[in-house]
Amino acid sequence: MKKFLDDRKIHIPSGCGVTGIMDTSGKSISGSDIVTSIINMTERGNGLGSGYAGYGIYPEMKDSYCFHIMYQKDTVIEVTENYLNKKFNLILKEPIPTKNVKTLSYVPILYRYFISPKAELIKLNYETESQTEFFEQDFVSSCVMFINKEIEYAFVFSSGKNMGIFKGVGNPDEIAEFFKIYEYKAYIWTAHNRFPTNSVAWWGGAHPFGLLNWSVVHNGEISSYGINRRYLENFGYYCSLFTDTEVMAYLVDLIIRKHNLSFDILAKIFSAPFWSQIDRMEENEKNFYTYLRIIYGPALVNGPFAIIVTNNNTMVGLSDRTKLRPLVAGKKGSILYIASEEAAIRCVSKELDTVWTPKAGEPVIGKLS
Amino acid sequence: MENKNFVTIDANGLHYKVLNEQIRNTLDQKPNIKHIIINNVCGQRYIANGIKKILKITINGTAGNDLSAFMDGPEIVVNGNAQDAIGNTMNSGTIIIKGSAGDILGYGMRGGKIFIKNDVGYRVGIHMKAYKEMFPVIVIGGEAKDFLGEYMAGGLLIVLGLNKKTFPVGDFVGTGMHGGKIFIRTETIDPRILGKEVKSGKLSQEDFVLLNKYMQDYCKIFNLDLDKILKSNFIKLFPYSHRPYGRLYAY
Repeated sequence: MKKFLDDRKIHIPSGCGVTGIMDTSGKSISGSDIVTSIINMTERGNGLGSGYAGYGIYPEMKDSYCFHIMYQKDTVIEVTENYLNKKFNLILKEPIPTKNVKTLSYVPILYRYFISPKAELIKLNYETESQTEFFEQDFVSSCVMFINKEIEYAFVFSSGKNMGIFKGVGNPDEIAEFFKIYEYKAYIWTAHNRFPTNSVAWWGGAHPFGLLNWSVVHNGEISSYGINRRYLENFGYYCSLFTDTEVMAYLVDLIIRKHNLSFDILAKIFSAPFWSQIDRMEENEKNFYTYLRIIYGPALVNGPFAIIVTNNNTMVGLSDRTKLRPLVAGKKGSILYIASEEAAIRCVSKELDTVWTPKAGEPVIGKLS
Repeated sequence: MENKNFVTIDANGLHYKVLNEQIRNTLDQKPNIKHIIINNVCGQRYIANGIKKILKITINGTAGNDLSAFMDGPEIVVNGNAQDAIGNTMNSGTIIIKGSAGDILGYGMRGGKIFIKNDVGYRVGIHMKAYKEMFPVIVIGGEAKDFLGEYMAGGLLIVLGLNKKTFPVGDFVGTGMHGGKIFIRTETIDPRILGKEVKSGKLSQEDFVLLNKYMQDYCKIFNLDLDKILKSNFIKLFPYSHRPYGRLYAY
C-alpha cells in the first residue's frame, strides 16, 4: 500500500494522449491496433497511467453486466462479493487474465464478474414495467456508486455489457502486455496515456473512466471540476476516484442516458460558446444557446480538454471551446479514428480516405450502422 | 542532379531520440552535407531542433510536434501534414509544408519563413516577434482557426483562404496583439471577430511591397498564379498600441 500512497503525491504538469478506433460496420478489430496507436504517443504520458476500453469483447456473455473490479486489499473481496450477491445473480466470476510484467512496481487484485440484477429488487424500487432497461441501469449505477464510495479499497473499473476497461499505473505497452490487450477483439477501442497533472496517479485514477456502458478518455484538466461534482451529487453521482475525468463520465450518463439528449447537444453543453459569440447569433439560435447555458450551466466543462466518449454503439471525440488540447480524426472505409495526434492514426492506417482536425467544441460522431 | 550530396534516413519505427541522433551524427560526419531525406516519418518529435546550418531536410510522412524548434538556417520540406508547435521559437530558415499544420504553429517565432499549402489550427503565430533584420513570416494557403496571431508582437502573417469557401480566419483574431501585421485575403471582415487590441485597414504601399515579396516565394513553391492572387483584396490587421497593458497593473 505504501507505493499507492506515494504515487498520490506526484504532480507533474503536461498533457496526455487519447486515441480511439471504431469500425462502424461492427466488425471486430484486434487489440493490437489500439496498442500500436497509443504507443506511438508514448511521449504524451509519463508512465503514471494507461488504459484501454473495448466494446464487443465478451460476445458469449453479452447480455449480462460485466464488472471489472480492482481490490487493493484482499480483505475487502468478501465484503464486496457479499454486497454483489445481495443485488445480483452471479453468472461467472474469474480473475481478469494478466501476464507478469516485471516493470510494474505494484499490481492490485483484479476480478471480473458477469452478473445480472435481481429482478425483484428492481421491481421493488420502481413499480413500472416500462423502460425496464433504464431502471435496471439506474439500479446498476447506484450499486457501482455504493461500492466505489462505501467499500474502501474496492473500485469498479467498468460496469457495462459486452465491454470492459483495463487500466493501471504504467506505460501503455506495459499495461497492454499486463492485460494481454492484443488477445481481445472489439469493434470500438479507446486508449489513454497519462501524464497526471492536478490529480493523483493510482490504478483507479487511470483512464478510461467508466460507468455502465460509458467510457471516457480525457486529455486535459477540468477547472470546473468542483461545480460539476456538486451538480452531479444532486442526481446521485458521487465522485470517488480522485480524478477530474470522473465527472465527464457521469455528466455523459446524466445528459445522454437520463435526459435523453443527443451528443450534438452534449457538445454544446460541455463546450458552450462564449456569451460574446452568443450575442452575435440570430434570434432563435441565441435563445437556444442562452437557455442551454442557463439550464446546464453547472455541466459546462471549463478548462482544456480533448475527450473520446464511447458506449456500445457510438464513439464521440470532442475538444474544449478554445481548443486547448489537440484532436485529429481520420476515416478509412468503415473505420473511424480519433486521436491526439495524426501520427497515432497513420501508424495504424497509413493511407486514410480523409483526415481532419475538428473545430473546437464540434463533436466527431461515429455511430454503429 | 549535380547535388549528389545527400543522405537518406528511414524513420520507420524509430523513436524520436534515435532519429534525431542519426540526423546529428550525419551532420557531424558529413559537414558538407546539403540534403537529408527522411522517409516514413510518423509523428517523431523535435526533428531539426536547434540545427544551425544551411542545408535541406525533406520529411516524407507526418512531421511530429515541435518540428524545427529553435532552428537556425535549414530549409525543411514536409511532404505530408505537420502536427503541433511547428517552428517553435525558430530563428531562421524556411519550413515548407505541403499539407496542413496543427495548433500553435510559429509559437514565439523570431525569424525565418513558414509556408503552408493548406490549413492551420488554433493560435497560429502566437507571440511571434521581430527585431531589426529578424522578421518572421508565415503564409497560410488555406484557412486559420481561432486566436490567429494571439499576443503577436512582430512579424507578418498572411492568410490566403485559397481552398476554402468559409471565411479564412476564425474567431478572436489577434487577441492581445501588440506588434506585427496580419494580411487576410478577403473583401470585408466582421470587426466582432477581432480581439479588442486590433484594428483593420487597407494595405499601404510598403505593405504591398512586403506582400508581393513573400507571395512571389509562396507562389513559386506551390506553383500558383501570383498575379491572380495579388488581384484579390487584402485587409490588414494591426494593433492599436504596442503596449496595450502598460497601464493595467501600474496604477
